[in-house]
Amino acid sequence: MDFRVIKAEKITETVKELLMDCNYNIGSDITNALEKAKETEKSEVGRQVLCQLIENNKIAHDEQVPLCQDTGMVVLFVQYGDKVVIDGGSFKNAVTEGVRQAYKEGYLRKSVVNDPVFDRINTRDNTPAIIHTEIVPGEKIVITAGGKGFGSENMSAIKMLTPSYGAEGVIDFVLDTVRKAGPNPCPPMVVGVGIGGTFEKAAQLAKKATFRSIETSNPDPRYAEMEQQLLDRINKMGFGPAGLGGTTTALGVNIETYPTHIAGMPVAVNICCHAARHKTAAI
Amino acid sequence: MKKINLPITDEDIENLKAGDSVLLTGTMITGRDAAHKRLYELAQKGEDFPVDINGEIIYYVGPAPAKPGHAVGPAGPTSSYRMDKYAPTLLDMGLKGMIGKGARNQEVIDAIVRNHGIYFAAIGGAAALISKSIKSDELICYDDLGTESIRRYTVEDFPCIVVIDCKGNNIYETEPKKYCTE
Repeated sequence: MDFRVIKAEKITETVKELLMDCNYNIGSDITNALEKAKETEKSEVGRQVLCQLIENNKIAHDEQVPLCQDTGMVVLFVQYGDKVVIDGGSFKNAVTEGVRQAYKEGYLRKSVVNDPVFDRINTRDNTPAIIHTEIVPGEKIVITAGGKGFGSENMSAIKMLTPSYGAEGVIDFVLDTVRKAGPNPCPPMVVGVGIGGTFEKAAQLAKKATFRSIETSNPDPRYAEMEQQLLDRINKMGFGPAGLGGTTTALGVNIETYPTHIAGMPVAVNICCHAARHKTAAI
Repeated sequence: MKKINLPITDEDIENLKAGDSVLLTGTMITGRDAAHKRLYELAQKGEDFPVDINGEIIYYVGPAPAKPGHAVGPAGPTSSYRMDKYAPTLLDMGLKGMIGKGARNQEVIDAIVRNHGIYFAAIGGAAALISKSIKSDELICYDDLGTESIRRYTVEDFPCIVVIDCKGNNIYETEPKKYCTE
């Protein structure tokens, strides 16, 4: 059996760099979409807001400061090659140390509390992270890391639809979720939709969808068509940039799917603000 | 763009209309979820506040840490609806206005009208840009809350927009309808 040894420090360093990078430097997909929206937005106030967001992202990049003060709870999607052995510590500890270093040394806000209901004491280093790990064949570790802000996270929803709802039922639920969110999640937003699997799988797919470039489409043309249709219909709602009215309510809609049970059709909608922060690295 | 000095006067509030873009200069206090919960609990017990809210504008913000050489870290608004449970009490006790982002419930709108108050929105996610207008930052109380502590910001041309004016006009209700083509 051949194995590849990866040092724990290398994982720590990679996670740290990804988190600082994603908080300072918004992806080119978002920048391109904001620039395009600035040309097409019908509201004057909306155009002003889009210009401010473009300027904001430029300041963050130039000064290497977070583009939003809510630098989020850390979410990682990890593809872990089954030939990898870690030297000098566990994978989880290496990741946790990367989060700790990024949030301390990178001047990122610590937004995590230790207990959801009773204590609610800030852990002061933004740990722990949410880690989604998939074991894959190979000798690499591929990490996609992001900070998820909760202004938009709180506007997300899941529904256990059943098969007879069909495509229309999915579309209605996504639109209802966005309509209820209104001006709250910092539009223009990115909408991640997870369809299929089980209750928790759908939610995870929805998060994964927000971590995909908005310049990509679902490989299945039927879902790609649904993504475009949802985007067009959301932008007809009128909320606009910052919810102050306009024709740019969303920048992109991404759908991820998975096989599901004969009795089910779970749909999860994960809303992300315009600061859709995620970066990927392979070790 | 209207320039307004803080603390805000009743006359300024009277003249500002929902939809007006404004630049605020002067001082404001900050506070969000955990600080509001503490103030609300003190109010319910009839105890004094560790901060004088009378005539003040409160900014719903939890900033990122400041880099060396910066007065304050990125400091954009947080969602206001989470403070809806507490805001009417604070307005009734003398708070004049709020800066945040997103919708307010009817109780807050009623309290704004009743107290001749005002609600501004800053642009969500424009934290690095907004922080340029914050010139100094001083702790008032609740240091143990970290980013959620109550602070005093001195601001110069802080950009925001009147969302709910003292008459209860609300552009989150009126403006999207103009662009809705569903």
